[in-house]
Amino acid sequence: MLTIKNLHASIEGTPILKGINLEIKAGEIHAIMGPNGSGKSTLASVLAGREEYEVTEGEVNFKGKDLLDLAPEDRAREGVFLAFQYPVEIPGVSTTNFLRTAVNQVREYRGQDPLDAVKFLSVMKEKMKLVEIDQKLLSRSLNEGFSGGEKKRNEIFQMAMLEPTLSILDETDSGLDIDALKIVSNGVNKLKTSETATIVVTHYQRLLDYIVPDFVHVLYNGRIVKSGTKDLALELEEKGYDWIKEEADAASV
Amino acid sequence: MSKDNQILEEFTSKEYEHGWSVNYEADEAPIGLNEDIIRWISAKKEEPQWLLDWRLKAFKAWLDMKEPEWANVTYPKIDLQALRYYSAPKQSKKPKNLDEIDPELLQIYERLGISLNEQKRLQGIAVDAVLDSVSVGTTFKETLSKLGIVFCSFSEAVQEHPELIKKYLGSVVPMTDNYYAALNSAVFSDGSFCYIPSGVRCPMELSTYFRINAANTGQFERTLIVAEDDSYVSYLEGCTAPQRDENQLHAAVVEIYAAKNAEVKYSTVQNWFPGDKNGKGGIYNFVTKRGICAGDNSKISWTQVETGSAVTWKYPSCILKGDNSVGEFYSVAVTNNYQQADTGTKMIHIGKNTKSRIVSKGISAGHSQNSYRGQVQVMKRATNARNFSQCDSLLMGSKCGAHTFPYIDIQNSSAMVEHEATTSKIGEDQLFYCNQRGISSEDAVALIVNGYAKEVLNQLPMEFAVEAQKLLALTLEGSVG
Repeated sequence: MLTIKNLHASIEGTPILKGINLEIKAGEIHAIMGPNGSGKSTLASVLAGREEYEVTEGEVNFKGKDLLDLAPEDRAREGVFLAFQYPVEIPGVSTTNFLRTAVNQVREYRGQDPLDAVKFLSVMKEKMKLVEIDQKLLSRSLNEGFSGGEKKRNEIFQMAMLEPTLSILDETDSGLDIDALKIVSNGVNKLKTSETATIVVTHYQRLLDYIVPDFVHVLYNGRIVKSGTKDLALELEEKGYDWIKEEADAASV
Repeated sequence: MSKDNQILEEFTSKEYEHGWSVNYEADEAPIGLNEDIIRWISAKKEEPQWLLDWRLKAFKAWLDMKEPEWANVTYPKIDLQALRYYSAPKQSKKPKNLDEIDPELLQIYERLGISLNEQKRLQGIAVDAVLDSVSVGTTFKETLSKLGIVFCSFSEAVQEHPELIKKYLGSVVPMTDNYYAALNSAVFSDGSFCYIPSGVRCPMELSTYFRINAANTGQFERTLIVAEDDSYVSYLEGCTAPQRDENQLHAAVVEIYAAKNAEVKYSTVQNWFPGDKNGKGGIYNFVTKRGICAGDNSKISWTQVETGSAVTWKYPSCILKGDNSVGEFYSVAVTNNYQQADTGTKMIHIGKNTKSRIVSKGISAGHSQNSYRGQVQVMKRATNARNFSQCDSLLMGSKCGAHTFPYIDIQNSSAMVEHEATTSKIGEDQLFYCNQRGISSEDAVALIVNGYAKEVLNQLPMEFAVEAQKLLALTLEGSVG
């Protein structure tokens, strides 16, 4: 579904990603871990099309299309979803109104009829259950005054509404207490099918107890320096990142 | 260059939708301004002597007045001698009812989406249509007159209800109030008059639709609304003009009188031609709007959505004379390209326990300048006066400006006055977030702007609110991506 080849990206001239290679197939969950500043969030942003990042080399193929060639909104319409680490507030625009605009633009792109208000609400009611989100929250201004947990739940709710094929969760666990973490993970797991894939960007192994990855990759200094299974995450939890850094630094000398 | 700047760089304005004009045979005054022109207009309208005298008095006063220069706008001096002060569609005979109006004129309004055909009208709105200098027709007159409500063109009111006009004309905005009000008093040609008798709640929205068609013609209309004791009326005003290279002047006066327990709600969606994207042409909109809450417990509420005009100079105000009276001002002012707006309100607290509320939302894009200018004045005997003001500015891009000029004058120590102001930018983060959900940049801006202006848009009557939302999106269309 997604093939990343030798991806290099920089921000304001500073290289952050220095040759990422990754292959993700439908039905898989990949965890991207790594110490602070290793480029995890940059990778998520570059895939979603954030323009401050300049791709200097490499290619990304998504379902047979050149992803890097698409505008951010077209990537979303093609099925790429990014759950933001820091969801943005939009005063005066309710989540419901926001999502209705989004869902209908995505549907239009996919050649589907727009959902009328009644149909939209019924779809919404069904998806609300997945993340146990309250309808009252959805009629409030998007993310304005939401708690950290509410914001993250709202991200996963939006993911449920937009039915992406590739979901990228950017540190969705940060700022969540254990109950909220369970609810969010539960939602993600329920949304997973054999047709979809998920990239989980995280700092801690804790989240991976709930969203169990097929593969774990360690990003360090803009490269994937180690890949493995869930056991790698456990090892990192136990030993920290230093041994990986040492290994990688030794190899690059 | 960041995406934000880049997309704002690509600023192109959507063509103004109402920029067309129609050639009709016109009955026009000669170009220029002098006593004879005023006599000509007055004679044309078969006015009584007292009104001509009133006009001439205003003209004399105006000759000694100077154009105000304190507003935060710049424009070349207007040559008032080069303008025409009266232009009206020639009609073979005076239409007695809507059926007799020239179909060609009706078509102008049809094209604007305003049907003067009562059968086709949506329930609930009566319209007075003003084309250049005259009113071409008023709908639902008979339905309203059964309730004792007078809703007609100003000229007709002068003929049919001279006692009311004599009593209220200039009572809220004195003829010498300011340069443009004095000019309007001298040369005004038509407008709407509305009278709601005691105890009557007007069952439908009353509306005036102003259209400038002729070139080189100033539009000077007057609106007078009188709401007697315990009455209620909601009044709407809409306006458009053809797209012309030269600037055109629109200098209107609106007066509202609210007696004891009366409530008047006045909503404007102003969509005059704003000039092209290089700042050429457009309407100069120099308007004086004022209401007096003369009776106790009365209320006047102004709501305006300002998207058009090259230069706007407009401060709908309330004089809160009656005890417990309430004044409100809700405004969204959008400027794009090279538009300039200096707009706001004045709340003059005279009576006891008077309250005022100001919510102003400015949106600036392109190279435009958007200023809020507001005055809150609490007089000596206005015990327990309350004011709340909120002035927010939203900037799009880095070449526009937003300014706030609040003036506060308190002469009674029991007053409570609050002022809040914020300035924000449509952030790259907000746009990217919307994009990531599949929303195009253009729709994202419309969404964000409508959210920002929601508090004001919510004050508009339903049908108008939908129009205003579309208009906001249209005005800013092309402002990104």
